[in-house]
Amino acid sequence: MSEQPSELHCRRYWQKNITLVMILLGVWFVVSLGAGILFRDWLDESLPKVGNAPLGFWMAQQGSIICFVIILYVYKHMMNKLEGEEGFTSKK
Amino acid sequence: MSQDYWNYIFIGLSFVLYIGIAVRSRAGSTKEYYTAGGGVSPLANGMATAADWMSAATFISMAGTIAISGYDASRFLMGWTGGFVLLTILMVPFLRKFGKATVPDFIGDRYYSKLARAVAVLCAIFICMTYIMGQMRGVGVVFSQLFGIGIPAGVATGAGIVFVYAGMGGMKGITYTQVAQYCVMAFAYTIPAIFIAIALTDNFIPQLGLIGDYTAGAKESIPFLTKINNINTELGFSEYTSGKMSKVNMFCITAALMCGTAGLPHVIVRFFTVKNVRAVRSSACWTLLFIAVIYLTAPTIGAFSRVNLIEKLNNTSYSEAPAWFKEFEETGQMAWVDKNNDGKIQYSGPAKSEAGTSSPFMGSKPVYPAYDAPKEQRIGIHGERLLAMKADMTNPNELWFGNDIMVMANPHMGGLPKWVIALLMAGCIAAALSTAAGLLLVLSTSISHDLMKKIIKPDLTDKEEVRYARIASFVALGVAAYFGINPPSAFIAKTVAFAFGLAASSFFPTLLMGIFSKKMNKEGAIAGMLAGISFTLGYIIYFQFLGGKPEQYLLGISPEGIGCIGMLLNFAVAFLVSSFTPAPPQEVVDMVESIRLPDNPNDEGDSAPPVVH
Repeated sequence: MSEQPSELHCRRYWQKNITLVMILLGVWFVVSLGAGILFRDWLDESLPKVGNAPLGFWMAQQGSIICFVIILYVYKHMMNKLEGEEGFTSKK
Repeated sequence: MSQDYWNYIFIGLSFVLYIGIAVRSRAGSTKEYYTAGGGVSPLANGMATAADWMSAATFISMAGTIAISGYDASRFLMGWTGGFVLLTILMVPFLRKFGKATVPDFIGDRYYSKLARAVAVLCAIFICMTYIMGQMRGVGVVFSQLFGIGIPAGVATGAGIVFVYAGMGGMKGITYTQVAQYCVMAFAYTIPAIFIAIALTDNFIPQLGLIGDYTAGAKESIPFLTKINNINTELGFSEYTSGKMSKVNMFCITAALMCGTAGLPHVIVRFFTVKNVRAVRSSACWTLLFIAVIYLTAPTIGAFSRVNLIEKLNNTSYSEAPAWFKEFEETGQMAWVDKNNDGKIQYSGPAKSEAGTSSPFMGSKPVYPAYDAPKEQRIGIHGERLLAMKADMTNPNELWFGNDIMVMANPHMGGLPKWVIALLMAGCIAAALSTAAGLLLVLSTSISHDLMKKIIKPDLTDKEEVRYARIASFVALGVAAYFGINPPSAFIAKTVAFAFGLAASSFFPTLLMGIFSKKMNKEGAIAGMLAGISFTLGYIIYFQFLGGKPEQYLLGISPEGIGCIGMLLNFAVAFLVSSFTPAPPQEVVDMVESIRLPDNPNDEGDSAPPVVH
């Protein structure tokens, strides 16, 4: 157990984890509840269409789901990287 | 070859596959029974979780709901997928690191209280039970249609099959069966969508067809969404892409579904089956990808089949109506009431009548005369099946169809080959069975592990515990089958939808505070849980069962969305109470510290979640 990551690493890991989670939750909120519901009228009218679909409608039915998959992929990737940086990766 | 043979072949083959897998991977120990030994690969676990998540109701009715309510149905699409983001980044990595087998385990230990554990067990049992009843009903309906047996016999057959591989195989058995079931479901869902997309929009990717042009029939092609909006407004419905639900209500329902998803015990426990925290993240990523395949296809099926249905049926005389219309009339999923006696089927929406109604008859579901009634009471002058209830003459609409019909009728409407329809049947059964099996397992663990071992009889041995789990799953299945045969009227459908609100107002905040706040103590958590769930439950009961009127809604939020407010209440009460009461003991704070960190790199091979004694 001598190579346990130090307390500093642990604290920094948690801080960075929280920052990442906050950013991703912000994106999550904007693409779904934001674009699909709260600002959809504005998106429908003022922004370019996706194919023939108004942007707000498309975000609500398709775009948000695609964004969710991307968010999770980014989360997985960033967390794995963070664990490597702070010394939590297995040294096998 | 007739349709029946194709059905038997496809469903028979899929069953042989499922049971074969279940027998090969049956569980030997409690560890394998609860969490498949913790050694399932992220990809396989992702598929299995996706199959678990897609219930018969989602598989069959979601596209139908989208077809009927257009934009408004986006709340389900966003709610049920968006919840996975919350689940993955806020919950499962930490709960997996905690390393015990169930969700009540975490709540009981984190809040160092048997009372908290007992409340959690009750919530878990309630949520799973309402779900599984609906699934058993679904299995029964499909089986009864397939083999021409009654619904009770259909439910009993389904229950028997679920018991064989969930009760016997445990988590390990069902995980690998669900992988096979996901594949069947994904093919069954997307292949008809592709055929229809080609027929209507000349594009073999349904998602591109939806935003592309409508090319069937018309002289010149117009955007598909313009076409469906035109159809809707001509017939007196609101525009497909606009919807009519208020913003605040839509927001609250979507948020409640999202947070509810992140608090559902049977989904959380799925992530205990993989090797370590790193694998949890990767597995969740796969799960959402597999779910997205189906959820991105659902809106296209909804929109295409709405256009197809209306083009094929509206203003068609009954004698010329396609054969499938008569088949669905026979099974009671479609009905026609010839109000103006012109022999033609007319379909119209609320805007076409002064009363603002669009129901063809009095009541919400068709009721037919008894089979032994005189012929003239059963069959009308055009050969149609007559209803036992009066026509609703306040509006001109003559056509009724159930939500389930869109997915099931889709291949018929598109004139697709018979094997596609058989594949769809098999997919439908796969959806119901996989969810029922997953729920059954959580239910049986809640009873054997959380209730028997942790609260009632702590000296249970490993072997006895598995035995209790099997007995519990047998009993639970019996109860579920009973309610599948005798559903307490509309109660089940309602409670399934409300289970999300309840999960959002109870489990979600409690788990979240347990992970992200070191100061949260047992008094705060229990008070918060009770405040959240009693407020939500009270609101639902008042408006659903005690006759509350929509005008009395708080801020215009319907009972479906109130879980969102219940959740905020839970947080508020929990923080308020915890600020007056003693802080949690040091060992709990240490535990919270430790679950926040990833696996210790020097521990040998990331141990599987131990079923600790």
